[in-house]
Amino acid sequence: MPYLARRVGQALVVLALAFTVTFVLLQALPGDAILIKFESPELGLSPEQIADIRASYGADVPAWQQYLHTVSGFLVGDFGYSVQYGTPVHELLAAALPETLALAGLGFLVAVLIAVSVAFLSTLAPFAWLRQALRSLPGVFVSVPVFWLGIVLIQVFSFQLKLVPVIGADPVQSLILPVLTLAIPISAPLAQVLARSIDDVALSPFVAVVRAKGAGPARVLWRDVARNALLPTITIAGVLIGELIGGAVVTETVFGRAGVGRLTEQAVANQDVAVLQAIVILAAVVFVVVNLAVDLVYPVLDPRLKRKAVAA
Amino acid sequence: MTAPLLAIEHLDVAYRAASGPRRVVHDVSFDVQPGEVVALVGESGSGKTTTSSAVLGLLPGGGLVEAGAIRLSGVDLAGWSDRRLQSVRGARIGYIPQDPVSSLNPVRPIGVQLADAFRIHGRGDRRDIRARVLDLLDRVGLDDPALRAKQYPHELSGGMRQRVLIASAVALEPELVIADEPTSALDVTVQRRILDLIDVLRREHGTAVLLVTHDLGVAAERAERVVVMQHGGIVEQGSTAAVLDAPAEAYTRQLLADAPGLGEHEFRHPRPPLYLRDASVAAAENPFALEASGLVKEFSLGRGREPFRAVDDVSFTVLRGTTHAIVGESGSGKTTTARIVARFVTPDAGEVALGGEPVRALAGAAKRVFRRRVQLVYQNPFASLDPRQSVQEIIAEPLRNFGIGDRRSRAASARQLIDRVSLPAALATQRPGELSGGQRQRVAIARALALEPELVILDEAVSALDVTVQARILELLEQLQGELGLSYLFISHDLSVVARLSHSVSVMRRGRIVEGGATEQVFGAPQHDYTRELLEAVPRRAAADARGASDRPSASSPASPASPASPARSTRKALA
Amino acid sequence: MSATAVETRPSSSAPQFATDGRRRLRGIRPGLVLAWLVIAVVLAWAVVPWLFTGQDPISGVPAEKLQAPSLAHLFGTDAIGRDLFTRVVYGAVHSLSGALVAVTVGLVVGTLLGVLAGSLGGVVDAIVMRIVDVLLSIPGLLLALSIIILLGFGTVNAAIAVGVGSIAAFARLSRSEVVRVRQSDYVEAAFGSGARLHTVLFRHVLPNSLTAVIGLAALQFGAAILAISTLGFLGYGAPPPTPEWGLLIAEGRNYVATSWWLTVLPGLVVVAVVLSANRISHALGRNR
Repeated sequence: MPYLARRVGQALVVLALAFTVTFVLLQALPGDAILIKFESPELGLSPEQIADIRASYGADVPAWQQYLHTVSGFLVGDFGYSVQYGTPVHELLAAALPETLALAGLGFLVAVLIAVSVAFLSTLAPFAWLRQALRSLPGVFVSVPVFWLGIVLIQVFSFQLKLVPVIGADPVQSLILPVLTLAIPISAPLAQVLARSIDDVALSPFVAVVRAKGAGPARVLWRDVARNALLPTITIAGVLIGELIGGAVVTETVFGRAGVGRLTEQAVANQDVAVLQAIVILAAVVFVVVNLAVDLVYPVLDPRLKRKAVAA
Repeated sequence: MTAPLLAIEHLDVAYRAASGPRRVVHDVSFDVQPGEVVALVGESGSGKTTTSSAVLGLLPGGGLVEAGAIRLSGVDLAGWSDRRLQSVRGARIGYIPQDPVSSLNPVRPIGVQLADAFRIHGRGDRRDIRARVLDLLDRVGLDDPALRAKQYPHELSGGMRQRVLIASAVALEPELVIADEPTSALDVTVQRRILDLIDVLRREHGTAVLLVTHDLGVAAERAERVVVMQHGGIVEQGSTAAVLDAPAEAYTRQLLADAPGLGEHEFRHPRPPLYLRDASVAAAENPFALEASGLVKEFSLGRGREPFRAVDDVSFTVLRGTTHAIVGESGSGKTTTARIVARFVTPDAGEVALGGEPVRALAGAAKRVFRRRVQLVYQNPFASLDPRQSVQEIIAEPLRNFGIGDRRSRAASARQLIDRVSLPAALATQRPGELSGGQRQRVAIARALALEPELVILDEAVSALDVTVQARILELLEQLQGELGLSYLFISHDLSVVARLSHSVSVMRRGRIVEGGATEQVFGAPQHDYTRELLEAVPRRAAADARGASDRPSASSPASPASPASPARSTRKALA
Repeated sequence: MSATAVETRPSSSAPQFATDGRRRLRGIRPGLVLAWLVIAVVLAWAVVPWLFTGQDPISGVPAEKLQAPSLAHLFGTDAIGRDLFTRVVYGAVHSLSGALVAVTVGLVVGTLLGVLAGSLGGVVDAIVMRIVDVLLSIPGLLLALSIIILLGFGTVNAAIAVGVGSIAAFARLSRSEVVRVRQSDYVEAAFGSGARLHTVLFRHVLPNSLTAVIGLAALQFGAAILAISTLGFLGYGAPPPTPEWGLLIAEGRNYVATSWWLTVLPGLVVVAVVLSANRISHALGRNR
């Protein structure tokens, strides 16, 4: 299928460019991470020893050679060495990823649940004031800083209501607040787009036709409106993956959880370039793959695109 | 006397607005007898669609029946809850919408959507429903029902989709079908077949039809009784013959006079232009404002596929000071032809000569100079004017582009042009958003005239307008032609309008001109089958029959459905 | 151009019936008035903070530390006895100017890219859109962090980093608006009446496509305040004791169990400002 091939090609180009951009950004650093760490007089290392260390990190060759070296490393899953820890980056990532994936995955799921319930209830709820209130909810959610939300949730649920213990919580309990913290702001744009598309679709003539056949509002919403309204929402969901990753970083910091977020924070604080580059590229890969999947799922949901996709 | 199937009594409908309720329908009363076709006729904003939506209980958000009764077989539905009305909709009242393209759910197969009516009202089991769906598809004239049932709306043409919608409206054999402009979005030949289909189906079951339409021709041809609405109220109602032959109200008379090709039973012939009346002028130089010869335009459909030939060897001429029309249905290539002449599209072959001067190869500065001589007026006056400019700025823009005059003289010219197109001078400072459709089209015409062009191309320039507005614009165009000696290239799908405005005509179909010549000759004695089909499809009352019957008592008799015995023939008669 | 233009919507052109939602919006909108009021007050905080409070944002009175909100200390006091309300007022300038810098970077660079891509098309369009794809593919926070590593910590650097992240949104919107307007009949009509490309671009295309971009700018203003406070919270923005809002919340974090006001109140101010910016953006966007 040429469409698939072209779309995958495009995704690869974007990834290659993203890699290059981050490499240039991070390699153009004013400070040299290795020098910062090992040049301090306390360590008492001689210039020769530092040069050796630099060589062992591959930092002693021209930038373009480093670039080629890094590219070939990334292609086989070798992300280089962390300057800060001295361990391979892929080991650090492997240790941190499961925590973050669980948080992000659950967060996204809960966000979708919140968004769908808010959007549907704001269309079907029995009272106008309730619908109006539900309508304005996403607008508030989207304006809340993630880190602040996390702190407020801890304050309310852990310290005031004492529902979730601050220390000594089991793994499931310890996930509740972080997942909520991450999900609420992500759910807002989803709910907004979904509610707006439901409104748009509800105004289209085919809905009037179904209503004129005697269908009730709930049936129309569920069987006719929902699937049409889903299409733009899925596109937004794909774009929100970026927000999700950023949100996970902040959430982990607020709740003191070990994961990619903390790894990122430390990498920035210590100018641990290799770690940060690996994280950025990993995030970009996730983003590109998810959006590629969205594009490929689209024709399945919208039969109008099927022919185009095959023909193009 | 049988009890009416539908009786609307003193109906008031209002929409909630910030400034309080705005009444859009007031004191509307009329009946529909069982098996009868009643046409609800009016221009946009007349309240005809609101009235029909009120019957279904499907007023858009904020709409409310304030007073009056809607009786279906004697039972008043006006106060019913939505849930209670659901048992009536579909089962006892069917609904055929206007636009078949947007009226089917794009992501569900045809068959599933047709089965909805049965499922909602709990009629039949799965297998039973499937059989009935296939039967319905067959009855509305779709080939291979089993395949169609599996297809999605976008795989069907507009006419086929409207057939599906009709099938779903009559699926449960309702007593009343509300058809809201059921053919306005369709080509004229398709329109005729769809109206015929509705006729056939309603006769099979004795279904009554409330036909909502802006088109007096459709009403005249199909309805037994006509209800004329304006500004939310009823102007006049009665038997079709009585209302059309002896309209009691001034508005009805106006509507009849303005409806192209309906007022008189003959197409009007425009006066021969000044230039043809003066032999000495006629003899001088080139008589043609425009000569197009052998125009070809192909559009690529992607690699490995035959290109689509939108315009295929098209030739025609426009005599100086006259109107030449290109008439055709959607996809005939008429608009592409117009855009080739306007030099917005470059033809793959052929030549366009303006006043004897070839213009196809023009580019850059020469093309800009050419723009002074040819101007285009667009179909949609809501899209062709920059919403951020004032009327005066819009009209003066062509002068500004060519650096003609200074700011003050341009403003003076703009004011003159505003006057020329009969707009009030006060409009000069307003923006298009504050104008009505007719006013906007006048502004667009004024802009086209600013550079005193030799040729004005009118691309469906009156198609988006209400009949009465359309009539005024046509009058204006005729008047301007007489005063300024303009030549028009008039692109339209509407044969009646073409007949009224044009001196000569080319009939286009699938990119080719099938027939051309003087309008009177082409429309009076068509040589090509397609021209004949087009002419026959123009909805017209069976003129002679209706005339004879007009002294019949106006009370409708449900037993005698309108019998336009071969409307086609009577159209021809009327044209001859 | 915000509130009044909506009322002049043509009644004749609108469909016969607007939905009740659309209709309701024609009246006075108290929410919008409130939104402008919030923005006005916060702007005043940024420009003339001393009019709103007589206390010092940097040095505190140790004896009055960790006091709950009262008339003397509207928002209470922090761990070293500084008045929190004063700190919030004096912090406005950091958040607002940061957001302003961020939006300016995004608006100028993004719109320029988008308008170029939309009006030139072809290769330029393809290249710009690939750049936009790349910017989109890197999560905003990580992109900002990468840039901060390059530029170093600080308010302005954080603001620039956030601004770079919003370039993609501005570029995409302005491009699609330019393309939309370019395809309109009135642009063709302008060419048809002899206008040249640059005339059409400046007279018709830009004025008609930039309204939506202004709406996005307001939206991004809110988003930038959020992003900058996030970077401040993580410690990459202004250094202490600057009363930057994100940093205020970070500092209050250690007293979550005992002094709720230290985190809740500055956070509510951020929420109010962002909410107002979004509300205004919403109103601007509708004016098209």
